[in-house]
Order: sequence, then C-alpha cells, then structure tokens
Amino acid sequence: MTFINYAAREINCKIVYYGPGLGGKTTNLQWIYDKTNPAAKGKMISLATETDRTLFFDFLPLDLGTVKGFKVRFHLYTVPGQVFYDASRKLILKGVDAIILVADSQIERMDANEESVYNLKQNLKEQSYNLANIPYVLQLNKRDLPNITPVEEMTKILKQKEEPVFEAIASKGVGVFDTLKTCAKLTLQELRKNT
Amino acid sequence: MPSSDMIMYEEEFQQIRGILQKLKDEANAKMVFLVDKNGQQIAYNGDINNLDTTSLASLTAGNVAATDGLARLIGEKEFTVLFHEGERDNIHISIVGRRVILVIIFDERSSLGLVRLRVRKASGELEGVFNRILEKVEKEKEAGSGYESPFAEITDEDIDSLFSE
Repeated sequence: MTFINYAAREINCKIVYYGPGLGGKTTNLQWIYDKTNPAAKGKMISLATETDRTLFFDFLPLDLGTVKGFKVRFHLYTVPGQVFYDASRKLILKGVDAIILVADSQIERMDANEESVYNLKQNLKEQSYNLANIPYVLQLNKRDLPNITPVEEMTKILKQKEEPVFEAIASKGVGVFDTLKTCAKLTLQELRKNT
Repeated sequence: MPSSDMIMYEEEFQQIRGILQKLKDEANAKMVFLVDKNGQQIAYNGDINNLDTTSLASLTAGNVAATDGLARLIGEKEFTVLFHEGERDNIHISIVGRRVILVIIFDERSSLGLVRLRVRKASGELEGVFNRILEKVEKEKEAGSGYESPFAEITDEDIDSLFSE
C-alpha cells in the first residue's frame, strides 16, 4: 500500500526481502546501508536474536530523490527466514508494494528455496494479494560458493513469472544494488500503471 | 492490491496537525505521533530533536502488528491500547478507527489517566478526519477527477534519473 502524502509531497513504498533462513536477506540490507550516502538513508534497525538471526524484521528507510516534485522514499524490510517464524512473516507482508526473493544457491538449500517461494505465495494469498500482480525480483545469492546449483536450473525451478533474475554475492555487494534498483523501478512503473 | 493506497491531502493534514497539537498540550505530553499501520509516519507534534521518527514509526507498527497477532490468537479482535512504562518516559499507543496508530510520549509531568482521557477525545476527532479523507478519495474516484497523481505523467527517464548517481 503506497502512501501518497500531498501535504508533505512524499511517496512511500514498501519493499520486502523474502527467502529461506540464512539466505542473505539481512546481508543485502546491510550492504545497501553501508554503501549508501548518509543523507539518503535513515537508521537501519535489526530485531535479531543474540546469535544475529532475524527475529522479527530488519528495516532500512531509503530516500531516492524527487520525481515530479514528490520525494520518493522506499522502506526496505526483511522477514525472518526460519520456518517457525511464519506468523511474523505474515505481519511484515502487510501493505507490501514489491518483493525481492533472496534464494540460497547452495545445492542443499534448494528445497528451502522452493518452500520459501511456496510459503510466500500462501501468505500473500491469505491477504488477498497475488504474486502475479506484485513487482517481484528473484535474486540467486551466494554465487561464490563451491557447491551451487546452476543458474539455469535454479531459474527453472524458482521462477514464478517473467520476473528479472539476478546473480548475487551479497556479502561482497555483487548484484545487491542491481536487484534493488530493478525492483524499485518495477514498483514505480506499477504505480504509474495504476493511475 | 487488496487495499487502496493511502492518500493525505493538505486540508486534512492541517486538521490532523491541529488535533495533535491540542492533544499534546492538553495531555501535557512531550510528543504526539500519528503512524499508519504499515509503519509510515503521517504527522507529529512536539520536540523531536534527537528522535529517529522513521524508526519510531516502523517499530510502532511492528509492535502493533505483533500485538494484533497475539489478540487474534486468544480470540480478541485487537488490543486497542498498548502502554510501555519507562524510568523517565512512557509510551502510550492506541489504534484510531482500526486504521492508524496514535503514539504519545510523556513523562512525570503527565499521568496515564490524563493521557487516556485526552486520547479518547482526540481519537474521535481523528477518526472523523480519516473518514472524510476516505469519502474524498471515493468521490474523486467516481468523478474521475481530483488530485492528479504524481505518477500519471512520469516517464521512464524520470524513473531512470532517480538511479543515476
């Protein structure tokens, strides 16, 4: 749910990073936070356990600049990936404008990737959303690890529609901004379509 | 999209600011905030010098969403009030019209009783304003006129320019 504030001349959009546990959602956000001009970002909030696993969400507000006199601001959220935090994931999906699925390329995590995509679709459905109508980007993360599934195979298994697919190494920043920029663009194009 | 986008107009924004100002004064509070349920800040009143208001909005919404989840688990529709007591400052959070979240930060110069009393009155007024916004949005939708969306004429170049640094 985009919030258009004519009084403050601001547009706020919500992008959610989804995906299996330990897939690199928080690492994506951390890289964006570290590499963004301080004037364009707010504080990054991580509600994590003592062992640095996401407990509820990470949050990063990002100012992109102005378009037609309106300040464009993105709120980036991650969900907790671990299976048993499903109730929290549902809460964070509320009011979502766009989704980035961060998949873990390691062979042994393919089941977890598939389960996460399935879980995403279920949770969206419960809130009367349909993945087919939401700006969506697929990121294949951890491409630098040795035991990974080939891109073609991952794409074949995980791709849901005509979404853009990016290879990434989030810990080194590879593909992180490409993924975000593409998703942000899709979000703005969707807004235009709806007006 | 299941719910329509939220829109805030200048006229109602000023009314909301007026209500928040009055609430802050009458409740003897330090700060008063209005946040939407998705964590976006709508308006505030008070001294926010050292406060990260964007984080405050997002955490408040997360807090309310989690509490809503708890309420449903035990068969309640929602918990309409949350109260956090600190050593110096306290936070009173309440839901207005099932749509927006009203946050009051106050210290020993006020009291929970006073805050609750003033919040009740302000909530009614705020609900009225949000109902008017909804009516306005609906009316404009039907008439096919009204505020022009900033995105109606956005070009690919406009979007690209946001990302060229």
